Amino acid sequence: MHGPGDFELSRRGVLIGGAASVAATAAPVAEAAPEQAGSAGAGTPVMAKVGFKVNGKPHALELDTRTTLLDALREHLLLGGTKKGCDHGQCGACTVIVDGRRINSCLSLAVMHEGDSITTVEGLGTPEKLHPMQAAFVKHDGYQCGYCTPGQICSAVAVLDEIRAGIPSHVTGDIAGKPAMSADEIRERMSGNICRCGAYSNIIEAIGEVAARRKA
Amino acid sequence: MKFDKPAGTNPIDQLKVVGKPTPRIDGPLKTSGTAPYAYEQRDTPNAAYGYILGSAIAKGRITGMALGDAKAAPGVLAIVTAENAGKLGKGNFNTAKLLGGPDIEHYHQAIALVVAESFEQARAAASLIRVDYARDKGSFDLAAAKASAPLAKENGAETKVGDFAGAFAAAPVQLDATYTTPDHAHAMMEPHASIAAWNGDQLDLWTSNQMIAWSVADMAKTLGMPKEKIRMRSPFVGGGFGGKLFIRADVLLAALGAKAANRAVKVALPRPFIFNNTTHRPATIQRIRLGATRDGKLTAIGHESWSGDLPNGGPEGATAQTKLLYAGANRMTGLHLAVLDLPEGNAMRAPGEAPGLMALEVAMDELAEKLGIDPVDLRVINDTQVDPENPSRPYSQRQLNACLKIGADKFGWAKRARPGKVRDGRWLVGMGVAAAFRNNLVMKSAARVRLNAQGVVTVETDMTDIGTGTYTIVAQTAAEMLGVPLDKVVVKLGDSSFPVSAGSGGQWGANSATAGVYAACAKLREAVAQKLGVNSADAVFAGGKVKSGKRAVPLGEAAKNGEIVAEDAMEYGDLTKKYQQSTFGAHFVEVGVDAATAEIRIRRMLAVCAAGRILNPVSARSQVIGAMTMGAGAALMEELAVDKRFGFFVNHDLAGYEVPVHADMPHQEVIFLDETDPMSSPMKAKGVGELGICGVGAAVANAIYNATGVRVRDYPVTLDKLLEGMPEYA
Ligand code: FES
Ligand code: FES
Repeated sequence: MHGPGDFELSRRGVLIGGAASVAATAAPVAEAAPEQAGSAGAGTPVMAKVGFKVNGKPHALELDTRTTLLDALREHLLLGGTKKGCDHGQCGACTVIVDGRRINSCLSLAVMHEGDSITTVEGLGTPEKLHPMQAAFVKHDGYQCGYCTPGQICSAVAVLDEIRAGIPSHVTGDIAGKPAMSADEIRERMSGNICRCGAYSNIIEAIGEVAARRKA
Repeated sequence: MKFDKPAGTNPIDQLKVVGKPTPRIDGPLKTSGTAPYAYEQRDTPNAAYGYILGSAIAKGRITGMALGDAKAAPGVLAIVTAENAGKLGKGNFNTAKLLGGPDIEHYHQAIALVVAESFEQARAAASLIRVDYARDKGSFDLAAAKASAPLAKENGAETKVGDFAGAFAAAPVQLDATYTTPDHAHAMMEPHASIAAWNGDQLDLWTSNQMIAWSVADMAKTLGMPKEKIRMRSPFVGGGFGGKLFIRADVLLAALGAKAANRAVKVALPRPFIFNNTTHRPATIQRIRLGATRDGKLTAIGHESWSGDLPNGGPEGATAQTKLLYAGANRMTGLHLAVLDLPEGNAMRAPGEAPGLMALEVAMDELAEKLGIDPVDLRVINDTQVDPENPSRPYSQRQLNACLKIGADKFGWAKRARPGKVRDGRWLVGMGVAAAFRNNLVMKSAARVRLNAQGVVTVETDMTDIGTGTYTIVAQTAAEMLGVPLDKVVVKLGDSSFPVSAGSGGQWGANSATAGVYAACAKLREAVAQKLGVNSADAVFAGGKVKSGKRAVPLGEAAKNGEIVAEDAMEYGDLTKKYQQSTFGAHFVEVGVDAATAEIRIRRMLAVCAAGRILNPVSARSQVIGAMTMGAGAALMEELAVDKRFGFFVNHDLAGYEVPVHADMPHQEVIFLDETDPMSSPMKAKGVGELGICGVGAAVANAIYNATGVRVRDYPVTLDKLLEGMPEYA
């Protein structure tokens, strides 16, 4: 994870661990990184042009091809609403809606989004004019520190659309039928969005209220 | 202002704003993604990016570091290592150095920062640094170190009252059991992140931190510079739970990187780096011995705990609650501390009580069963209204029994059956209870309030809002004190240029920080009365006006010739010494355990809390449900797996370190008893943010036992530990 030392350590770990002499080892454990890794990691950045819409506004960017969609939004377009919780697809804080489907923007390179239409939390509403889902989160206190919140809200908006579109989930009883707009369905589908503050109970109430309103 | 006598009636008691369910005033910013967290500050548009390299060994020395390839990599501006960083001190609150080398104290200790034009370049270049190490033998196994672990040096590490050994030996009913809790990670959603910029010898920091004044002082100490030259801002904190009480590598290395690159530098800790680089809640081994009479009176209470930390670190205070929670004439506690070379152990939400109650409250459940007494009743029988180690100190308030009884009633506790006897389809169903207990700490806290001619009140304090709802309760306090609506109050937090507050930790923040705002507002009332030429004693601040006799003047009138500013702090006398101040609660949990697979699902959760005046029932309830969720995680899934050969936490990301997700949590209920505690502060409030995690893990474990008849004493309670003992599948 952090430099070649780690990889070297874990490979040797298997060998040394077997010899039961790990702790006593005082020899250098990490050696040179493989040559190719070096050149691949640090060559002149490959730049590429990409154009996509964010919250209805077209953008033309020239980016290092390694730039994730998340970093393009946060660091290049200065849209800090989309959060980086893990950068590895493990937390959901970076959820945005691309052409109507939610994705983890940290798992996607910006240059893969030519022509796409991206909605971030800033595109749903503003402090003065909140989206109904944002307002419901405020009303039900569906957050605490607020860091997972933009991801929760983008996910929630997309989840309701997924249920309405009849897309089944792990808890759907009859996958050929229509999934219910139930708390269990919503919980299951929201489970990729971690809230360490533990606002789940309130988040479900916020989403439930918006779901019920839209159904009526 | 000094608080040394119990609070009498004061403007807060009007409860026109305080105590009312109030949506957070920062809600629109947070839900629209416009609240700026540390890494999103835009005051330094030209900031370069720093990426940290961590040590690949747990203990030993760096024998060589080849920086050439990294330096030559595109975009690289500077590389900081211990060798070129200059002389660095160590903060008062840090155990290991934040920049390691050549000596290495723990795995993933930061050893270098690469600064580059872009994040991608910095990350790539960091992977080109070649490091050679000489690894030393380290100690990584708590169980192996236990036998030789001495008593900790902390005050109160050992307590003895009466004759524990004699009373335990003579007790007709005895319990002697050992429990373990693993290492836990805070895993707050916002990674530690900082931006640093130098302006000559002035250092500007934007970071994510719970304790601004502590952290400014520790930065100054580490960098060897006057703290007056440091400005630290942390207006929004994406979760801390104790993990952001102190400065960490991000802020120090951002400052060093900014100096080296002569540019502002931003650094966030990558998620897989956080678990071994920063602090964690240390694992414990706890032995509990309880002796009781046949009618359930505790006669002997013994609690010993073993934990480990780096040299010069501290113990996990898992015996804290056992000194206070139950009556009993003969008692002993002992905290033992082993030296381990794992990453640094430190405070995580309710340090001490959280893991301590995970053991003690299971022990009480086991004792109840041995006695044939209902576990709610056993706790009620052993209530005490005084500090049992020092009976001349009464509790300021103690409504634990009310919490238990109300909770039992609301939860349907009477329906609880013998273990393994309730079946709902494929589920074995059980209920569990545990007491919640956490001390109420009070801390000096200051604030500044400004009144302008429009009647707008601005509060400034370096207090932080880490999800706790500080912005809102501070606004409520000022609004109540000055008789204005909430929308006439502006709250500014988390800036070291503001008066020093209590900060956010140990659940002291809400009561202490608002008490500081109370003191400043009291001073402002005086100043306003003087300006308007009215007697401050009979002036009434209400409806945006100041009324005195027949006169009613708009509040802003007082500031028509210029802003009025008042600053004060609340300081505390010895009421906390004369009275034991604690918060109490009762957790009730219902679980289902799959009769075939032993999969565990939480079905219902209720917490009943007695925690003084609840300043904002909305955010207080959220604190409690959030803490219950974290406690459920501790009960069912959270465990940092230790590699005992190489000395690191193996599951160091959010996929490997599992925390509860939506699908794990049912709807949660919280009841607050209507209580005020005039011994705590003029706010008559107490902490609540940690109370919610205290005991809940034990309630989950006890419910699992009630569902299955299988007692697990090693957390987390996972299905593999249940399977063997599960009732015959029918
Ligand atoms: S930041 Fe993308 S899933 Fe965590
Ligand atoms: S609100 Fe803090 S992580 Fe969800």
